[in-house]
Amino acid sequence: MSEFFPPSSESEFENNFKQIKPLMSDNEAHYESSRCLFCYDAPCITACPSDIDIPLFIRQINSKDPISSAKTIYDSNYFGYACGKVCPTEVLCEGACVYNHQDVKPIEIGRLQSYATGKAIKSDKLLYNLPPSNGKKVAIIGAGPAGISCACELRMLGYEVNIYESKAKPSGLTVYGVAPYKITNGEALDEMEYLGKQFKYKILYNRPITTQDDIEKLERQYDAILIGFGLGTTSKLNLPGEDFENCFGAVEFVEKLRMSHHKVEVPKNVIVLGGGNTAMDAASESSRMGAEKVILAYRRSKSEMGAYDFEYDLAKGVGVKGMFNVAPLEIIGNGKVAGVKFIRTRETNGKLENIAGSEFIEECDWVIKATGQSKQTKILNLMNGVTTDGKGKIEINPTNFQTKNPKYFAAGDAVSGGQEVVNAAAEGRKAARGIHHFILGE
Amino acid sequence: MADLRSNLAGIKSPNPFWLASAPPTNSGYQIMKAFDAGWGGAVWKTLGVPVVNVSSRYGAVNYRDTRMMGFNNIELITDRPLADNLREIEEVKKRFPDHAVIASLMVETREQWHQIVKDAENAGADGLELNFGCPHGMCERGMGSAVGQEPKVLKTIVSWVKEVATKPVIVKLTPNITDITRPAMAAQEGGGDAISLINTIQSIVGVDINQFVPYPIVDGKSTNGGYCGPAVKPIAMNMLKNCAQHPNFNLPISGIGGIENWKDAVEFILLGATTVQVCTAVMHYGFGIIRELNAGLSAYMDEKGFKTIDDFRGKALPNIKHWEDLNLKYKVVANINQDKCIGCQLCYTACEDGAHQAISLSDDALNRKPTIIDENCVGCNLCSLVCPVEECITMERRDDGKETLTWKDRALANNIPVDFDDELAGGRHHWVPEPGEALTKKLPLHYKSN
Repeated sequence: MSEFFPPSSESEFENNFKQIKPLMSDNEAHYESSRCLFCYDAPCITACPSDIDIPLFIRQINSKDPISSAKTIYDSNYFGYACGKVCPTEVLCEGACVYNHQDVKPIEIGRLQSYATGKAIKSDKLLYNLPPSNGKKVAIIGAGPAGISCACELRMLGYEVNIYESKAKPSGLTVYGVAPYKITNGEALDEMEYLGKQFKYKILYNRPITTQDDIEKLERQYDAILIGFGLGTTSKLNLPGEDFENCFGAVEFVEKLRMSHHKVEVPKNVIVLGGGNTAMDAASESSRMGAEKVILAYRRSKSEMGAYDFEYDLAKGVGVKGMFNVAPLEIIGNGKVAGVKFIRTRETNGKLENIAGSEFIEECDWVIKATGQSKQTKILNLMNGVTTDGKGKIEINPTNFQTKNPKYFAAGDAVSGGQEVVNAAAEGRKAARGIHHFILGE
Repeated sequence: MADLRSNLAGIKSPNPFWLASAPPTNSGYQIMKAFDAGWGGAVWKTLGVPVVNVSSRYGAVNYRDTRMMGFNNIELITDRPLADNLREIEEVKKRFPDHAVIASLMVETREQWHQIVKDAENAGADGLELNFGCPHGMCERGMGSAVGQEPKVLKTIVSWVKEVATKPVIVKLTPNITDITRPAMAAQEGGGDAISLINTIQSIVGVDINQFVPYPIVDGKSTNGGYCGPAVKPIAMNMLKNCAQHPNFNLPISGIGGIENWKDAVEFILLGATTVQVCTAVMHYGFGIIRELNAGLSAYMDEKGFKTIDDFRGKALPNIKHWEDLNLKYKVVANINQDKCIGCQLCYTACEDGAHQAISLSDDALNRKPTIIDENCVGCNLCSLVCPVEECITMERRDDGKETLTWKDRALANNIPVDFDDELAGGRHHWVPEPGEALTKKLPLHYKSN
């Protein structure tokens, strides 16, 4: 029993994927901004990975100056609009709002942030003047939050910046990987266009960096290189039947959904494997696409899920059923997925173990693996001196984001292993300053 | 049950809540509707030679999400023919004989005053209110506040009115004057039976920063208006107190200025008002607010054991002293209830930047709850005023209450500072940080140094 019918048009798709943080009207923004206490050394700022001066931008909204408010936001975070919509604000700024200690609803900081930046984007008012060129060139690999943020900041420091992007659109996971009810493609791309117009960096689309030759060219042509290409495809689980048709990764599913919307056909029964935020997204999305039965299967207990509580609640709210302490043994089927064979698990002395004889089969039409993405080790191996840790994450100096090869800097998911847009945006910006100091020889 | 009936110089009404002379009392229709809703009295929109009004008449001061915390108008007295108004007064009185209908009047010559007083009384008005307060438009023609600002003229006109009036005469005063007691005394000397105050305050309510014109805008231009609404209540109450405390003034007073709820009304009565008049709150919310006014006043009186309005009228007056009579030995210190504190640190920044640097923050970044530095706290109340949590910061008494020493006492004992660097300076032994510390102290994250 699904509460969503499979969407057959763009408008039905939009209806199934209604924005959970819809844009505020002028009135709503005014009332909401009136509630802000303007805390001293505000805890919302401390909680924000990109250090946005939140009380200030809210005060500027309240004094009817959304453009100055947007400037305050962009001064700290070039993905201001996107972050307002996709940030897990419940556990960041809004979670830190002092109103929580008074049992009063926290200020809707995310929505206010998107309100102000949305006004600026719509107005097309340019907030920044670029300085004259300093004659230095930086290459950025990946036009995601880390790469674009780094590019904006470098342009403000006078650098020429070329971004090599393997896909056809900018903003990385903001357009390819975030759940459609958090931000629309149009919204994500409008902000990119707004940034592009102001910072005038160059993005070379459909230009993946894959070969030794690519890398040598970059090293020759540029004074520094930022690695901002994030993570790779969904990792293999090494289960029998994993290669069957209709068994695929969550990231790949979300990307297809973001690009093709209602044209994606989701079957009746879907099993999502995993317990992280991506698993919640994939499950929610399957349900909103009209799947009748969506099971979220996680091998540990509910409390051990990596996903935020509100993300699980969101999935539950659209009919997703959680199944805990079950580990997949095999994908059942005949070339095509027909079900998953699970075994029940339990924790003994802190170790997860399978319960012998507890195997069972759950039928389904699709299996979506939300069990982590691979690291881009192949290309990293071609970059001389760039090292990774045991988990494949790029090793950097956390103060300047420089890798072991001084010419290479890195930021975003390729370093962190997978975090929020806001983290990547903040890191990209800081990496730009690291690059600047490196090139100036400071 | 409390008896809400009131009697102002012989004008009786079922409760002390009157509509002030203003747009809500422009017609018999509105006043009947108000009486039906529960209002006790109404002062008719000022009668006189009918005027011509401009279009675009009101402006407002909004504070954050609160609309119309201040309000101004450039509307004049009634623009309706006198005969229409008189006929409607008669009709209202016929239907509501026990409610107070007061005719507000504003004319120029002695003959006109005599005529209009007789007309209003013949129509059945229970009293007359002389409008010596209007601060815009009418004053340019020598009426309204132009009279209220000249005690001699005011006194003369009151005496003209009293030559023919048989009903009580209320003199409505303008606040656009330095000493409100002078026109109040003139009203008494002229034979007035009561005063009402305050009329509106001359004001510019705001400026359109794109068109460079104040509000309200009339074809690209504006003029000063009369300010009223919740924002003026403190000014009104001070003027009320000044008149009510004046040793030689003994007329009853109808209080006006920003009254919106029962508590406001109680405050006015505690400061000496016999009735209160309301306008802006009705222009904002309609006559329906009377439900809250009557119920709240009644409940308060029952709670306090007051049977009539007179039981508590002026009860706060004996507690309003000159500054020099206040006890300098009284000492309060702020206390922050750590359980209620939500960690906004508004008290810290208010005290640090706006008062006496008597609140400190914890060195532990995870503990956002400030603490009071007892020895620096002068007991100014600021922290308790900015705190957004009810009863989180309280001011606690520290002296034993046994000693009283006023400035007057000290002056008599030659125990007050007289030189610029006197040892007796009150702040001499207060701790104040060195100026340079302002620049070295660790600043919070959001104070960007650029």
